Amino acid sequence: MSTVWPLLEPLLARVERPARYIGCEDGAQTPVHAPHKVAWLLLYPDTYEVGLPNQGLQILYEILNERDDAVAERSYAPWTDLEAELRTHRVPLFSLENHLPAGRFDVLAFNLSAELTYTNLLNCVDLAGVPVRAEHRADDAPLVIAGGHCTYNPEPLADFVDAFVLGDGEEVVSEITEVLAGWKRAGKPSGSRSAVLRELAAVPGVYVPSMYDVHYDGPALVAMQPRYPDVPALVEKRTITSLEDWPYPRNQLIPLTEVVHDRLNVEVFRGCTRGCRFCQAGMITRPVRERSAEQVRTMVANGLKRSGYDEVTLTSLSTADFSGVADVVSDIMGFADNVSVSLPSLRVDAFTVGIAAQLQQARRSGLTFAPEAGTWRMRQVINKLIREEDLYAAVDAAFSNGWRRVKLYFLTGLPTETDEDTLGITELARNCVAIGQRHQRGASVTASVGGFVPKPFTPFQWFGQNTVAELERKISMLRSDASKSRGVQLRWHDPKATLIEGLMSRGDRRVGRVIEHVWRAGGTFQEWTEHFQLGRWLDALAEAGLQADWYVHRHRSEHELLPWDHLSAGLHKDFLWQDWQDALAEVGLPDCRWTPCYDCGACTGYGVEHVVASAMPPAGGSQGTGQDLDSGHIVPVSLLGRKPSPSGATAAAATAAGGAP
Amino acid sequence: MRVRARFSKVGKVRFVSHRDVARVWERTLRRVEIPVAYSGGFSPRPRLHFGLALSVGHESMAEYLDIDMVNPMDDAELSALPARLSDALPAGMACSAVAVVADGDKLSLQEAVTSCTWAFVLDGGTGREAEAAVAALLAAETVTVTRERKGKTHTDDIRPYVRSLELDAASPLGQDAGTGVLLRGEIGTQPRGLRPVELIGALGPQWREHRVCRLAQWIDHEGGRREPLPLADDAPSWQRTTACAT
Repeated sequence: MSTVWPLLEPLLARVERPARYIGCEDGAQTPVHAPHKVAWLLLYPDTYEVGLPNQGLQILYEILNERDDAVAERSYAPWTDLEAELRTHRVPLFSLENHLPAGRFDVLAFNLSAELTYTNLLNCVDLAGVPVRAEHRADDAPLVIAGGHCTYNPEPLADFVDAFVLGDGEEVVSEITEVLAGWKRAGKPSGSRSAVLRELAAVPGVYVPSMYDVHYDGPALVAMQPRYPDVPALVEKRTITSLEDWPYPRNQLIPLTEVVHDRLNVEVFRGCTRGCRFCQAGMITRPVRERSAEQVRTMVANGLKRSGYDEVTLTSLSTADFSGVADVVSDIMGFADNVSVSLPSLRVDAFTVGIAAQLQQARRSGLTFAPEAGTWRMRQVINKLIREEDLYAAVDAAFSNGWRRVKLYFLTGLPTETDEDTLGITELARNCVAIGQRHQRGASVTASVGGFVPKPFTPFQWFGQNTVAELERKISMLRSDASKSRGVQLRWHDPKATLIEGLMSRGDRRVGRVIEHVWRAGGTFQEWTEHFQLGRWLDALAEAGLQADWYVHRHRSEHELLPWDHLSAGLHKDFLWQDWQDALAEVGLPDCRWTPCYDCGACTGYGVEHVVASAMPPAGGSQGTGQDLDSGHIVPVSLLGRKPSPSGATAAAATAAGGAP
Repeated sequence: MRVRARFSKVGKVRFVSHRDVARVWERTLRRVEIPVAYSGGFSPRPRLHFGLALSVGHESMAEYLDIDMVNPMDDAELSALPARLSDALPAGMACSAVAVVADGDKLSLQEAVTSCTWAFVLDGGTGREAEAAVAALLAAETVTVTRERKGKTHTDDIRPYVRSLELDAASPLGQDAGTGVLLRGEIGTQPRGLRPVELIGALGPQWREHRVCRLAQWIDHEGGRREPLPLADDAPSWQRTTACAT
């Protein structure tokens, strides 16, 4: 394989931000290719700035490059200016390490984190010189595979992707490498492609769409069946039992040009059991697996020293829930000067603000909370059990601690939402402004509103998404209400993009034609407002003879076959249906880390368990747990097989939820 | 204590912007654990002072920055510093010298530097044609360019900025410039400066920039000129190269 760098170099002088195409990051590897090594190209189908920080790809990058039988390089979607230059000068998509042509790799492995990047996946495959439709690929063409959260409904991309990987990638990448090494050794002979795909289909966690027949009755999906007896009828996700065993990335990539999340990221736990019903990430990543506080401290200390970053984020779906978060944070502040620590996804309570105050000694510009809905009734439906007094206490603490702006995240278009619920958003924001003004004259609150997109493997997977017109009506109602309220700023997402996210989120295999049509019409970078055009999508739907109403706006029934029913995130479908019924009845469900198991299936199905260091719910109490607990109270926890040691914070002391008395 | 550092930027990292280079330096100084002074105020920033910006895509053998340190460094620490910094900088960037800036030296790099020596590798013509274009430019009384400043169009005479410009002896006269024609010139930077792209434009529309490298920066000094910081005696030999790799 020879480098395309000499061809690329003159083109870079003519494009915006060329530094995103040079590689050279600290932490970048210089893989040496060899005939016996499976060559992976890890791709993120969006710009370098968005894709580089992706921790999943960085983890796989290191694991693969540590293997003797694999090498891994990276690539990202070139911006439109470079794409035009590449096409004009017939230069293919390239890797950043050795600037090798993408089409020369054995595997093109995509991370799929956002539905609106799907057309970019097709574009990257095409720029690699590989046919976009899987059926047209030659035996020795690269395999196109994809992982990430969007693969829990892979069907819209089934025609373009050879294999999908569900769940944690740490272990399964090695198993895939071993299969592909055999294929490569044999010289990828004629007829070998379908054989290697069939072999991959037998690897747990790997879904090969071409091995399944799909049957429809009119618009309805009626069956998805494996074509061969050795192909599983149900593909289960992969789950690593211990995050502690995978302290990756060890050498986080430090880009030379500014990217999003441009700071050290240390994952403190994976999974979440708060049970917010709209949240796919919380459902599909169960159970909770914490890293030990000691390992977090080590990773932070080493990462800061190595990178020179002055900011670290402790990542997870709800970092304030991390056992002993306060200790870890104060330790970090102790050993690093001028370092700021950020916790994403803050819980809404005064305790959290206390931690935040400790973290942000200097720059207290804005603090963000996510109450998600405007009324208590609505929050019971979505199981985000934040009481108004929790929010007001948090906001009071924030403004009295010197923050000047509070940002509140909300969803609209939620199941059972009434106009009163919608207007609860501005009502809450107004009350928060009033609280802020007790402390600061210029206190302001930003309410950021997104249209709700129902996701697979959540209790809301049966819910008919609001139409564009309905979402627009709600947003205009909120705008008019907010305009009357001093200090309340409203931001909102474009409901037109929400419609297309909904189409990708729960579409079936037929939606692939729509994606291809939009891509062929030039529709790339659809998550970038300036490139998104709803008209293109509507044309493509009409061309394919498909109805957005059928896929997006229709309520689904209990016994309808869903396009992802042949896949499993571990959650029992009857658990999800019951949770959906509970939602409609406005009944909350507690967090099972600290209350008895309700058998969602995520632990028992895989013989794994919650790994939490503390038997106590985090200090600060009730928020989100549905339990009315005082701050730091010890509650009986039936999950635990033995009492936690008094020091509490080191041992991962949990037993299988199913074994609870 | 203020320390001046001289560094080079060649190869792929020439595509990193001036602003991103500043961020690279902030991280590099943290990595080598040199306590840099921070500004006060609501949003403290490390006190680093960069010299003239280098356009994205251009290389340099002579970039400078001044670093305000919290603690003084002794001679041994200072002499070890270039190697430590070079190890921590990305491939293509290397620190070639450091020295303490005298307390009385109040001028910032941007104020102090009066000219830069550049190498230009041009496409679009033969060496002979380039020689003629250079001769014409040097012979002209005035050379005007029009440029935008703050939304207004200005016409400026750039001739006074061109202190010298010549075809490099190594450049193959008469050959087609597909292989590049190498020019070398010293361009003034005060009060407003002249960008390499503007100079190349002034040579005529046929010329296109192939590669540009800043070879040196100069401060007019007692009738002559001096560098803000000469290369260290033990700087690697490639940093003495006066032409850039193409």
